[in-house]
Order: sequence, then structure tokens, then C-alpha cells
Amino acid sequence: MQGLNPFTRGQEPGRPAPVRHAPMRPAPQAKAAAPRRDPAPSRLAYRLNRMMLRPLIRRLVRIGLPAFLAAMVAGIWLSDDTRRANLSSSIDGLVDRVQHREAFMVHGMEIEGASEVVDKGLRAMLPVDLPASSFEIDLEKLRERVLKLDAVEAVELRIQPGGILSAVVTERVPAVLWRHARGIELLDKTGHRVASATSRDVRSDLPIIAGEGANRAATEALALIDAAGPILPRLRGLERVGERRWDVVLDRGQRIKLPEDGALRAFENVIATDRANDMLKRDITVIDLREQSRPVVQIGLDAQNAIRRARGQQEIGPDGKPIDPATDPAGKNKTGSSAKKTG
Amino acid sequence: MRDLYQGQRAMRNMRRQAMQRGVIAVLDIGTSKIACLVLQFDGPGQFRETDGVGPMAGQSNFRVIGTAHTRSRGMRFGEIDNMAETERAIRTVIQSAQKVAGVRVDHVIACVSGARPASYGLAGEIRLNAGKVAADDVARVLAACDVPDFGRGREVLHAQPVNFAVDGRSGLSDPREHTGEKLAVDMHVLTIDGDAAGNLVHCIRRCDMELAGVASASYASGLAALVEDEQELGAACVDLGSGATGVSVFIKKHMIFADAVRFGGDLITMDIAKGLRVSHAVAERLKTLHGGVEATGRDDREMIELGGETGDWETDRRSISRSDLIGIMRPRVEEILEKVAELLDAAGFEFMPSRQIVLTGGGSQIPGLDVLAARMLGQNVRIGRPLRIQGLPHNATAPGFSSAIGLALLTAHPQDEWWDFEMPAEAYPARSLKRAYRWFKSNW
Repeated sequence: MQGLNPFTRGQEPGRPAPVRHAPMRPAPQAKAAAPRRDPAPSRLAYRLNRMMLRPLIRRLVRIGLPAFLAAMVAGIWLSDDTRRANLSSSIDGLVDRVQHREAFMVHGMEIEGASEVVDKGLRAMLPVDLPASSFEIDLEKLRERVLKLDAVEAVELRIQPGGILSAVVTERVPAVLWRHARGIELLDKTGHRVASATSRDVRSDLPIIAGEGANRAATEALALIDAAGPILPRLRGLERVGERRWDVVLDRGQRIKLPEDGALRAFENVIATDRANDMLKRDITVIDLREQSRPVVQIGLDAQNAIRRARGQQEIGPDGKPIDPATDPAGKNKTGSSAKKTG
Repeated sequence: MRDLYQGQRAMRNMRRQAMQRGVIAVLDIGTSKIACLVLQFDGPGQFRETDGVGPMAGQSNFRVIGTAHTRSRGMRFGEIDNMAETERAIRTVIQSAQKVAGVRVDHVIACVSGARPASYGLAGEIRLNAGKVAADDVARVLAACDVPDFGRGREVLHAQPVNFAVDGRSGLSDPREHTGEKLAVDMHVLTIDGDAAGNLVHCIRRCDMELAGVASASYASGLAALVEDEQELGAACVDLGSGATGVSVFIKKHMIFADAVRFGGDLITMDIAKGLRVSHAVAERLKTLHGGVEATGRDDREMIELGGETGDWETDRRSISRSDLIGIMRPRVEEILEKVAELLDAAGFEFMPSRQIVLTGGGSQIPGLDVLAARMLGQNVRIGRPLRIQGLPHNATAPGFSSAIGLALLTAHPQDEWWDFEMPAEAYPARSLKRAYRWFKSNW
């Protein structure tokens, strides 16, 4: 209506337009949320899920498939020769570097308790030249080899800090000499061979035993020798007969035949008798104790002839035949046949 | 009836197979919730008599190793309405139950709550030739029941012999070896709509599961919610579901009647939604959190914020008193209980020796329902929670799970059905020989 009022024209700009508030803004709409995902599994997901619940398939997928993939990748990578060679050489190099660190090196060998021969043998047996890595020395194997030496009874091998291979050797102590068809050997107290000897005189301090199989009964022989006591100076040695029993050989050709069982006791009996009666000083050639209940003593030729002379019989010679006094009037050659005297 | 016999026997064999394998799932497809229990059958070796655990009707043989429940979809009045949606819901629940159990389940036993059940009492009578009831006479008398016309498209869900009578002696549970001239049987047959059952079978097949049995949800919840004495002396179980309210009547440990009303808790929710003009979700929340059926003076003062997400401030900030809510819920609950009372009248429940009524199902959790139900249905009303079974998690012990638990109990200790007895030999049709001949001809 402004334009129609002539009085106000030009003087008033007119009433201000009424304040019209902007219409109420629409309330902030909740943001259209993304359509809710269907919680139900799809048919495919459902079937796969059920398939995975089968024990066989689950194991296949969880173990079989990764194993197969790993094997395949490794196989493809290793199918190339160069790569394989590189791999093996780098592994070897790594192993070598670790094994040849200073901490693992063995520089020297220290042998205790060994004679010179054994010492030399032991050094020769070491499979590697020192200095070497301790990984290359198989102590157990080396020990077995060392033990094969006859002179060594026990050996203790150890790699000591500082790279010293220490060997503590216990040598066998020769206790007896054994003379057999092939020569003379030194045996220890168990009968194990220690070394060979060229002659009896090498170790004249040791007693001697003889005969096949004497080494297997060396313990018994040593016991017998120990028991000899007073007649030890006269003892020349022991002889194994038939690989089953002992003969004690004394000087002057005397021989004590011991039984197979209870040899020691029989021998002690003999010594006791000797002490009482001086039996061994008499002219007795053989004391046969093989039959326990029936000891037999074989007396010498002189004694026999003495008996014969006393009886007024003809004397006998060593062949057991009576000597014709005509052929040998001197009667010097003493012969005799065995006369047995049971005791 | 013959196809039914074969089909049910096939299902029973499937169940046996599943029990041998040791793992079976039970599926309760309800209108608002699908529950799935995965059962592991360890055999009777788990407990000994000396431990003080008896056979307990097979309950000591199994334990629950997986439980899952999810919102149901595509269901209406206890029937499948949208097949694809229901199938998805079944897939969801089975997958999560399998995940909990850690095993694959191939066999499932399902129950239907709706599908218009109808129960019939059948009677049959035969003369005994031997003067004594032999084993096959039982089958013969079952086959001799005169079957009424169930109507078109009906499937028999349960056919249980309830009572045997030899001559005048009635009330026998096992008539074998009884001496007499006549053997009579009373059989309870429960039929449901065939199409609804077919839909269920189809949905479960689509989930790659083998159907090892179908049971009525009313029957199953009766098994879970009624204690043994109530089953023996006579009781009715009212399963207040969300889509359908099932009623089953038990006496002498046999179901003698089962039916369902197509009214349920969903209708209450819908009433609230309509009456207060709120969304379905809000109505459901109001019902579960503040619902009730008995208004007191205090309820007038207790104001409830309606809430909501409509975007309209005024609408979302309304508040009502709790008595308003009760005023909406109560008529609907009364209507449901009236329908239940009608069913119980039709079943002749007032003639039972002990008229115990047990309310179970999700709807039974409305506060004050027992008072209302006692006023409408009879004095002996209690709210029943399902039996405890081994391994069941605590959140699955609510009354809403009674049909699933009852189904588990039924699986462990199946009721004798008509098809558990061998079909009498003379009833084998000549057709089957021809069929065998044809099979040989086509296959060899």
C-alpha cells in the first residue's frame, strides 16, 4: 500500500518489512544408515562354513595346504642348481665359521701316564692334525680306538679349556711272561696281552708260564705263583697242559702235576708237605696230584737204584732196563724204571 | 496312511543314524525366535548307577554342546510365511550353533508350533486268536484303528498309542503276554497342515540338513515344562508363544490332546504399537520391560518414557503411565487365555483328575499372568520353566526355550509311535513285490 499514499511519498521510505523468520529448518534427519547387513550367511558362506567343520577338510586346509605351499615354494626355489650350491656353501661356511672359532679349537695334546710307545701310538691315532676344531674330534670313537691298544687298560679323554686334548692313560702292568709256540708275550694280571718280548731275559723279574691257553688262566697261575712261597727260588715256571690244568715246573727237572679243580689247594698241600718233610729236596721227579684221592710220587733214578741195591736187585738204566754189570762194570750209568710208592 | 508310515519310518531311521553318530541338532522354529541346541549323545557310559544317576528317561545320555538363538524371520502364527527369509534365519542359527559346538551337524529335529494342529482319539479293537497278546498283535491292533477323515492335505505328526485294554482290563501300557480274547487300543493322532509341514521340510533341506524328526511344539514344551507327577496325574501345558499359543494335555505320561491358538505375544506387541502409536521395536521393548496384566495404584504414578526414533521430538518424548500399558495388554492377554480356556473345554479338561495348568513359553514371563490365569483357567496354575538338561547355558533356561528343550528330551527318550511297530505282514501290499521286481529288472 505504500505507493497509494501520496502524503508520504518521498519523505518516508516506508515501514520496514516485517521480520519474517526463516521457516523452521527441518529437524536434522538421522543419517540414513547404511542398509543393515543381513546377519544371515549366504548359501555359499554357509556351505563353506559347514565344509570347514569336517575334520578331514579342516585338517587339510589348516595343515595340509600350508605344508604343501611351503614345500612347493621350497622345491621351486631349490630346483635351480646355482641356488642350491649357494645355499649349501653358505650353510657349510656358517658351520665352518662357528666350528673354527677360537673357543672350539684344540691346539695340543697332553698325555699322562703313558709310556713312550703308547704316547707315540696315541698321537698317531688322532685322526686330524692339530690344531683342529673340537667338532672334528670324536672323543668316543678315539677312545675306542685307543682301547684297542693292548698296552692300554683305560683312557680318559677330555678337551680341556684352553684347547688341550688331555688323555689320562692307565697302562697295563705286565705281571707274567707267557711262552707259547709263536714267541714270548707279556701278560698283565688278567691275562690280557701287554706286549711281545724278544726273549726271557727282557723281564727276568717276571714269572713265566707256558702252554696253549695259559693266558686265559693267567689269574690262576699268578695265584699259584703267589702260593709258591718258600719254593719260589726253585720255581722255573708253570705249564698249561691240555688247556685245562697246570704243571708246576721246578728246577732239577721236578714237576708237580696239579689237578684241574682245586689246583691251588693241592699246591698248598704240596708246599706244606715240603715244609714238613723236605719232600722236594729229595730225589723225586714228579708229584702227580691229578687224582685227588690217589697222589702219586715218581722217584728219581738214583733213589730207585739205591732201593734196588739195598734189595740186592740189578740196577736199572735210564731206559728202564737192567744194566748188565758186564757191560758197565762201573755202574755209573744209573738207570731206573719207575717204582711207585703211594703215600 | 501307508506313505506316512514309510516316511515316518525313514525319519526314525535317520534319527537312529544320527544318534549313532552322536551329534544331532534340535531346532525350535518359533515366530519371534529360532533356537537351536546341538546335542551330543555320549551313551549311557557317562554316569553309573553307583554315582546316583539313574537312567533318568535318557536325560543322562546327552548333553548340550552348542546353543544359539536368533530372531526369527518370515514366520507368522507359527507357520512359515516367507520361505527364503526363514531359510536364512535357520542358516544363521545353525551356523552359530555349530560354531559354538565346534562340530558339524547333519541331522536336525524340528518342531512346528502352528500349522493348525488337530488331535483325534482313535480306537481299534481286534480279536486275539492265540488267547494271548503276541508282539505282532500290538501292531495289528494299531493298524485296525478306524481312521477318520482328517481332511485334505493333512499330515499325521504324532500317532501315539495311549492306552491298551485286554478284555475288560483297561489302562495297560504294555499289553504283551496278557491273556484275553480282545485287544483294544486308544490312539492319539495329531495332524497338522500338510503344506506347512512340507514348507518346513523344504526349508531344512535347503540348509543341507537331514530332517530326522518333526514334533509338535505344544507337545515338546509340555514334556519340558511339566514335571513327571503332573504328566502322570493329568495336566495341561500352555505354551504362550509369540505367534501361536499351544495347548497340550497330558495324563498317564501320554499326550492326549494338543492344539494351538493363532494368538500370541506378537498380537500384544501389535496392540501396544497401535495403541501408543510407536514402532514395533519400541512396543516390544515396552512390553518386555514394563509390561504387566495386574494394575495397582502405584502403576498410575509410574511413568514410562516411550522413546523412539521417529525424529519428531514431541513424539519421541511422550510418556505414559504403566497402567496405560497394562490397560492395553490385559484385554489381549485375557482374550488369549479365553481361547485357551475354550480349547481346554473342548478337550474335556474339566473331567481330568488333577487340573493342573502350567504356563510356559516366552509369554508366560508377563508379570501377574499367573494371577490372571488362575482367575480364568482354574486355580491350579503355575508358571513352568523348562527342565534343566546337562550343558545348557543359563541364558537358554528361560521359559521361551521350553519347546526346544522338550524336543531334546523327546529325542533322548522317544515316545512310542504307531510307526515304531512293525507293520502287520498281511498289510504289505502286493504292489511292493511288483516294485521290487521292477527294481531288479531296471538295475540288474
